[in-house]
Amino acid sequence: MPEPKQPEKLIDDKGVRIDGRRLDQLRPIKLEVGILDKADGSAYIEQGKNKILVGVYGPREAHPKHIALPDRAVLRCRYRMAPFSVDERKNPAPSRREMELSKVIRESLESVVLTDLYPRTTIDVFIEVLQSDGGSRCAGITAASLALADAGIPMRELVAACAVGKIQGHMALDLSDAEDKYGEADLPVAWVPNANLVTLLQMDGILTINEFEKGLTMALDACKTIHSMQQEALKKKYLVIKEVAEEREETEVVA
Amino acid sequence: MVIVAEPKQVVAPGELLAEGDHLLGDNSFKVGTRIFSACIGIFEVDGNRVTVVPLKGGYFPRVGDLVGGRIVDVGLSGWTVDIRAPYEAMLPASETPGPRGPRRRDLSESFDVGDMVLSQVLAFDRTRDPLLTVKGPGLGKISTGRVVEISAAKIPRLIGRKGSMISMLKRETGCQITVGQNGVVMVWGKSPENERVAVEAIYMVEREAHTRGLTDRIREMIAKSNVVGEVARTQTA
Repeated sequence: MPEPKQPEKLIDDKGVRIDGRRLDQLRPIKLEVGILDKADGSAYIEQGKNKILVGVYGPREAHPKHIALPDRAVLRCRYRMAPFSVDERKNPAPSRREMELSKVIRESLESVVLTDLYPRTTIDVFIEVLQSDGGSRCAGITAASLALADAGIPMRELVAACAVGKIQGHMALDLSDAEDKYGEADLPVAWVPNANLVTLLQMDGILTINEFEKGLTMALDACKTIHSMQQEALKKKYLVIKEVAEEREETEVVA
Repeated sequence: MVIVAEPKQVVAPGELLAEGDHLLGDNSFKVGTRIFSACIGIFEVDGNRVTVVPLKGGYFPRVGDLVGGRIVDVGLSGWTVDIRAPYEAMLPASETPGPRGPRRRDLSESFDVGDMVLSQVLAFDRTRDPLLTVKGPGLGKISTGRVVEISAAKIPRLIGRKGSMISMLKRETGCQITVGQNGVVMVWGKSPENERVAVEAIYMVEREAHTRGLTDRIREMIAKSNVVGEVARTQTA
C-alpha cells in the first residue's frame, strides 16, 4: 500500500478538517474492558482508526529478581506497534521511538498506581498497537490505565490522555495521522483529574505561548470527556452482568 | 461528614466516596478531607467506616490465612509452593507433622511437584516471603475431591455474611467445601454430580458476586439440578 499523498488542505474554507471534524472535536472513541482471558486486566481502545490492545499482568513475582525494589512494585511498560499497524511494514524490532514511548507512558502511569502496597513485585503493562492513526501514545495511556483498573490494581485514579496540534495555523484537537504528519506541531497531554496533575507533556514542532496555552486548555477539556468515558467503560462490564442476572431472576419469578 | 457516592454501587478508582472524618476502610484513600476509591469495587458504608469491596484483584497473603497451593519445587529442607500470590511461599519440612529432627528420606515422598496442599500462612511480612505450615487439622495433601480456582477478590462473597453463602452451598449440594483465602476452593461430594453442581454454583458466585439476591438465585439453580436436590434431601432427612 503506497504512502497516502499529502492532502492539499488540512482545513477547508468552512473550517472543517479532512475527516469532517471541527477543530475542537474528538474522533469517535470506543472503549472496552476485560477482553483478554489470560491477562489479569485488559482493555481495548478505538480512537479514530487507532486500534490498541492493552494487557496487564501482576502484581507478580519480579523476574529477573534483581530488578525488584524492597519498598514498592516495579511498573514495567512496553509500547509496541504491530508490523501491520502502519502503511509500510514496520520492522518488528523495538525502535527508538517505541522505547521512548514505553518510558513516557510508564512514567505517566507510575504517578497514579499505588505501588508501595506490593513491595518486591512487578506490574507489567503491554500496549500493542494493532492499527495506528496518530495520537497512539495518548490512546495507549487511556487504555493502559483502564487495563490497570480492570486488573484490580489499587490506583489513585484513571489517567486520561489526548493530543492537540497545530494545523494550518490553527490549534486542533486530537490529530489524525495525516494532520500529525503534515501539520506544524503536536502536543500530547495526559491528565489526572482529581489531583489535577499533568503526567505527560511532550511537544513536537513550534508553538507560541498563546497557542500553547490554548492547546493545553483544549487538551484538558478533552481529557475530562475521555475520563468520564473511561469510568463508564470500566463499570459497564459489571453492570451488564448485574442487569442480565437480576433480569433473569425477575423472569423466573414471573414464570 | 457527607457520603457522596451511592452505597452498594460499583465505583471506579478515583471516584469521590465521602467527605469528612470517616474511617478509612480497604481500598480507599484520603486527600485533605476528601475520600476516594482506589479500585473498581462495591462501595460499602459500615457505621463511620467507608470501604470499597474489590471486584477484581489477586491474593495478598496474611498471617493465619488458609490457602490451597501447588508444589512447584522440592528442596532439601522444604517445598516451594505456588499460593497464587505475588510471592513464592515456602513450606519447611519442620512444619509437616511427624517426627522431628534431621530426616534422611527424600522430601518428595511426602509432597511432590504438582501436588495440591491445603496449608496455613504461618508468617509473612513485606520483607519476607510467606512461610506455610501443614500442621493442623485438615491440612496437608489434597488427593480427593475437586479443586476450583476463582479470583481471591470473590472469596468474601463466597463465604457471605457470617458464612451464609457457604453454609447454604454445603447444605443444598450435600458437599463438604473448604475455602482457601487465596481463591482455591476444595469440594468433596457424595457423587461426581453433587460436586459438579457445587462447582457450577461456585463459578456463579464468582461471576455474579456484585448482584443482588444472589443467594436465592443460587439456591434455585441447585434445586433445579434434580440429582443433587434428591441426594441433598435424603441427607437432611
